[in-house]
Amino acid sequence: MSQIANITAADKPRVEIARDWTRSIWNALVWAVLAILLVWSWGPAEVSRWTFLFTDAGNMAQYARGFSHPNFAEWRYYLEQMVVTIQIALWGTFLAAALAIPFGILSARNVAPWYIVQPVRRLMDACRSIHELVFAVLFVVAVGLGPFAGVMALFVHTTGILAKLFSEAIEATDPRPVEAIRATGASRLQEVIFGIIPQVIPLWMSFALYRFESNVRAATVLGVIGAGGIGQVLFEAIRGFYYSEASAMLIIMLVTVSILDLLSQQLRKVFM
Amino acid sequence: MDAISIRNLSKTFGKKVALDNISLDIKQGEMVALIGASGSGKSTLIRHICGLETAQSGHSTIEVLGNPIQRDGRLASRAREMRRNIGVIFQQFNLVSRLSVLSNVLLGNLGRIPLWRGTLGLFTAEEKRLAREALARVGIPEVAWQRASTLSGGQQQRAAIARTLVQRSNILIADEPIASLDPSSARRIMEVLATINRDEKITCIVSLHQVEYARRYCPRTIALRDGKVVFDGPSSALTNQSLMELYGAGSEELIPDTAPAFVMPERFHQPHDGISILATA
Repeated sequence: MSQIANITAADKPRVEIARDWTRSIWNALVWAVLAILLVWSWGPAEVSRWTFLFTDAGNMAQYARGFSHPNFAEWRYYLEQMVVTIQIALWGTFLAAALAIPFGILSARNVAPWYIVQPVRRLMDACRSIHELVFAVLFVVAVGLGPFAGVMALFVHTTGILAKLFSEAIEATDPRPVEAIRATGASRLQEVIFGIIPQVIPLWMSFALYRFESNVRAATVLGVIGAGGIGQVLFEAIRGFYYSEASAMLIIMLVTVSILDLLSQQLRKVFM
Repeated sequence: MDAISIRNLSKTFGKKVALDNISLDIKQGEMVALIGASGSGKSTLIRHICGLETAQSGHSTIEVLGNPIQRDGRLASRAREMRRNIGVIFQQFNLVSRLSVLSNVLLGNLGRIPLWRGTLGLFTAEEKRLAREALARVGIPEVAWQRASTLSGGQQQRAAIARTLVQRSNILIADEPIASLDPSSARRIMEVLATINRDEKITCIVSLHQVEYARRYCPRTIALRDGKVVFDGPSSALTNQSLMELYGAGSEELIPDTAPAFVMPERFHQPHDGISILATA
């Protein structure tokens, strides 16, 4: 065994490593670009018309007055349709969450190589950037008017959103437990299953529940193009100037969404 | 055949040289301390040995039990398979905090059991028995069903050691296993590691911050400074004096000011100061 290799006086001065200027410049540049984008969008988005919000507030008040006497005569029917809307959202979200797991994993940069990440991400971008309404129109053509078209539309759009959120959760995980599992000689898939999934499960659950809440709202809008549920009834009422009936439906929707919100909050606590 | 054999290993991160042309051999059954101030390259060296990091290209090799795990900056294709023979213990324990302690320990099996069974997390009764046994050996059998995050630092580190026991590796590498622990937990961990080394002839490499522990538990010490090996020999030859020469002002980090825990009791026996003042007042 070798003895003391070379004992030298250690107090030679240590040099400072130069500051990374490129990063500071990049930071400043990002803020500058944001400022430029906001100024550039001011005119086309007609943000300058914001004064009308105050000068013409009377018009809004007059329109809103039509909704001030809700008519609950047919509440049983509204409630039935509300439940259908929830059922649409439930299936749409469930299918989306199930598919978002593999897609989310494949689009996480710390798990998959870039040549898989990039195409999967672009695919998910496509699902996400096209509105549910557009998908709904497409699926109405295929499966006919009714709730199932709504389910499919929510499913495709939500898959895009959840896959992105799921993959971001994966990218934010602590790499250390994963390394420990790698050090046992585990396979890549096993690293994901035992190192990453336990870390992200609470977050995934909470994302999925949150999307379910938003999908209940989205499902009502899908009623416009005939994808069933309370939305369809609501828009028929509004188009026919039955504002009191519409108002009753809106109240039912508000209460339902609030209750679902509370429920899913409680559920999220359980998973955390 | 050496347990570990490293030739011409270099690594830089950006502009910082982390490892500078390191060559060393470690025989089977040795217990070696790796010391150095923070930033001297201990962790980086360890991460290279277990194949979690690759060297930069150049004529470097790291052989583990006679097989190269990486060569010229490229991980061997068998690296994944070889890792199961190298148990690694980390400073931050690296348990999966939301899984139970027992599940964490069982994960040590992943490299040995059939792929499908590991992937589905199906462990046999025998494997579970051995995992419990490993927990008993490191002295924490009662926490098996707790979530890993609920354990204290010392307990988590012992659970991590149990995981490597289940892995039944021939080599155990510990990266600063006691740096984030209190002194009594630190001693327990070092005792456990020394016992494993003695009873099972497992080669042990322990990176340490404080030379005290190296002298007490490891016959051989390798000292790093700025990514270079500056000392390699019996720990007993590494006096405070030679550390001063090796590290200059940086040596304070390695030599603890004579442990306050041992000095305290003596003070209590001294009859003057506080007590007498209280009495006169």
